[in-house]
Formats: sequence, C-alpha cells, structure tokens
Amino acid sequence: MTLIKKLQTPLTYEQIKDLKAGDQVSITGVIYSARDAAHKIMVDALHANLPLPIDVEGQIIYYAGPTPAKPGRVIGSCGPTTSGRMDAYSPEIMEQGLKGMIGKGPRSKAVIESMKKNKAVYFAAIGGAAALIADTIKKVDIVAYEELGPEAIRRMEIVDYPCIVAVDCEGNDLYEIGVEKYRVEV
Amino acid sequence: MREISAKLITETVRGLCIQAACDLPEDVENLIAAGLEKEESEFGKYSLEKILKNVKLAREDHAPMCQDTGMTVVLVEVGQDAHIVDGNLTDAINEGVRQGYEDGYLRKSVVSDPVLDRKNTGDNTPAVIHTEIVPGDHVKIEVLPKGAGSENMGAVKMCKPSEGIEGVKDFIVNTITTAGGNPCPPVIVGVGIGGTMDKCTLLAKKALARTAGEPNPNPAYAEVEAELLERINKLGIGPQGFGGKVTALAVHVETYPTHIAMMPVCVTLNCHAARHKEAIL
Repeated sequence: MTLIKKLQTPLTYEQIKDLKAGDQVSITGVIYSARDAAHKIMVDALHANLPLPIDVEGQIIYYAGPTPAKPGRVIGSCGPTTSGRMDAYSPEIMEQGLKGMIGKGPRSKAVIESMKKNKAVYFAAIGGAAALIADTIKKVDIVAYEELGPEAIRRMEIVDYPCIVAVDCEGNDLYEIGVEKYRVEV
Repeated sequence: MREISAKLITETVRGLCIQAACDLPEDVENLIAAGLEKEESEFGKYSLEKILKNVKLAREDHAPMCQDTGMTVVLVEVGQDAHIVDGNLTDAINEGVRQGYEDGYLRKSVVSDPVLDRKNTGDNTPAVIHTEIVPGDHVKIEVLPKGAGSENMGAVKMCKPSEGIEGVKDFIVNTITTAGGNPCPPVIVGVGIGGTMDKCTLLAKKALARTAGEPNPNPAYAEVEAELLERINKLGIGPQGFGGKVTALAVHVETYPTHIAMMPVCVTLNCHAARHKEAIL
C-alpha cells in the first residue's frame, strides 16, 4: 500500500483496468455527491424516460451529504456515507455510464456484478474522517435538487482525495479478502 | 422546590450539541489510540491513523468530526424537586437542538415523516427525548447525536429464556457479523438485556452513554462484556471493515429484571465517532 496511484477524472477504462482491490489511490478532478434521496429521484427519472440531471458518463458519484460550510469555507465536513443504501439504485446508474463510486462499507452481489459488466470501480473512503476529507474539496456547486438540502447533487472539485479501491472492475472485494485474512475461528 | 428556567435548558442543549459534534470524548479517543497499538492489518492501521488525525483536526477547528451529525438523542433526568419555569421541557430541548444545529453549522438530517413524506425538517428537530424523574432538585442532560450508519445496524431479539447467556452472546456476535463494515468500525457495542422490548432498547442506548470501556459493576456481566469483546475482535472485520483485529472498542451491557417468560436483548452500535456530552443543572 506504499504506492499511491494518482487518478484524474473522468475515469477511462485504461485507468480502471489497472486498479486492484486494496490499491491506495488519490483522486483529482470533478466528482458529484449524491445520496439516498437524489438516487431515488434519478432512478425514478430513468424509469419515466427522462434524462438525468448530470451526465454520468465516465464520472464518479460520491455518497455524501456535507455539513453546512462555515463563512469563508467552501464546504463543511464531508465524509462518505454507507454505500449499501444505494445498492438498489447503483446498477441502473452504472448502465448510464457511471464508472466510479466513493462511499464506505460493503456492496451487494448485484452491484458487484453490475460493476464487472460495466467496468466500474468502487472506492472506500474513511467513514467518520469528515473534517480531514473536507480539506481535499476545493470548490462546490449545487447542480441539482437544491430542495434536498444536504442531499442535493453537488459538483465538487477535489485535489488528492485519498481512498482505497474496495471493489475493482473484476469484482475483487477488499471487504471479503481483508476480513477472511484476519478472522480467527472460535 | 428549585426553579430551573427553560431558557437555561435551551442554552445548555445548544452548547452540548455543538460540543458533541466537534469534540470526541477522551475516553473514546484513548480506546482508538490503544486500538492502533493492537492493530496488525495495514488498512486497519491506515484507518485508525486517519481517524485519530480527524479527531484532533475537528477539535482544533471546531468542525464536526463526521458529516452525519445525527438525530439528537437526549437523555434527561429531572429531579422531582426541580421546577421548570418559563416554558416546557420538550420545547426547550428542541429549541436547543434547533439553535445548536444552526449556529454550529451541523447537518440537519431529520425528515418529518418516516415513510410517506421524507421531507427534511430543516432544523434537525424533533429530538428523541427520554425523560426520567429521579430524586433531587437537579436536571441532568446528556446529548448523544446518533449517526445513521451505526444506528441502522442495531437489532432486537426476544430470546427464549432457555437460550441462556450463550444464546444472548451468539445474538450479539451475529449482529456484529451482519453489520460488517457498515457501522464504521471500530464500534462501541451497547447491549440492553431484560425488561420488555421497549425497555431493552432504552437500556442499550443508556449503555452507549457509559464512559467508554468502563466495565459493568456486576463482575459476572463485566466478564460477559470482556468475553464478547474478545469474540467480536476475532471476527476479522477490523477498522472500516477492511479486515483487522480491532472491530469493537468496548462492549457495554446493561440489564433489568424481566418477565418469567421473557429474555429480550437489544444491540445498538456507536461508530468510532461515539459522541456524547452531558451537563448537570
């Protein structure tokens, strides 16, 4: 884990294919925050044959809802939320071209299958390290669903956002590999 | 009869909400630091180092350590010789939450209806308030901002008395296994055993309010806590679920008498950002 792989968004297949579960990465570029309510609205829109409010092709969605920014700051604390709650929606968003997700905690089998099919990658950030993470977010604009408050979709410009490849595009899952390694039979 | 103004309660709750979000109690921080000493996994150590760095930054910067500043659980003890004047207790507490979450730049995470109309109330109210009347003329207020990542992983089981302590332990350990990396481990495990279904859930919450790592005063239950901690830390889940030896920082068990036919058990979890502040008026 000593080598940190630098990634620039939008993600390309060339970048994604070399990422393996357990790689430490540092992401720079644009990402979009969206969580429970925004995902529900986006998937409802797809079902109604309406366009998504953002073009997700090659993009990364960050499962997060920040605290309000203090005066003079671009954002408040902004760590990842539990990704499992987005499992019901993620495959349909990946079908639209989404290539990366940042969150925390394990994903369902259906999401991992969709990641393999769509050649996408799931990054884990450190849940609860929200003040630290906020320092890597340099610019924030609300781009959709402003009425959702903390759950609105935000376009974020990030520099050297640190995370770990939790599930790679071949379906290797750090949450399984890592736990198996340290589990002691009783 | 001692008079305590509703305004003082509001100001106190406001302050506790802000402090709780930004300043992790030292007992919890010390357990995380001790966990880092014990952890062998590379990703586990990486996570715990970042978590400790974040705790310090949040404290220095008066910033929330986690963006999920929670639904506000408030445990209140009202002395029977205390008289609240110039307002009522519930409104005073909710006003304190409203002011604390606004003035402290905390995230408002409460929706007005749980299912049909999940609209954000915009001020993090209402709080979940548990009030107990006790002897004395004081008011004690404990604020536990409860994040959803960990709260969602709790469970209740109405165990059969025949399942015994082994059945209780298995249920607790299985709950942690199912939770995996979701509740932001390393976690603090609050367990309530006894009473009725509602009583055991409240006991579990109160268990989370105990000083982290302090054993149950009953040596038999202190032993149960120690054994559970050991078993949980053999599951391999580790910090953030990346694999490792430090899955839980502490297990706190609280008990209450129960019915001849019952043995209810509740497990509630706190993430490593186990926030808790209290004041006595």
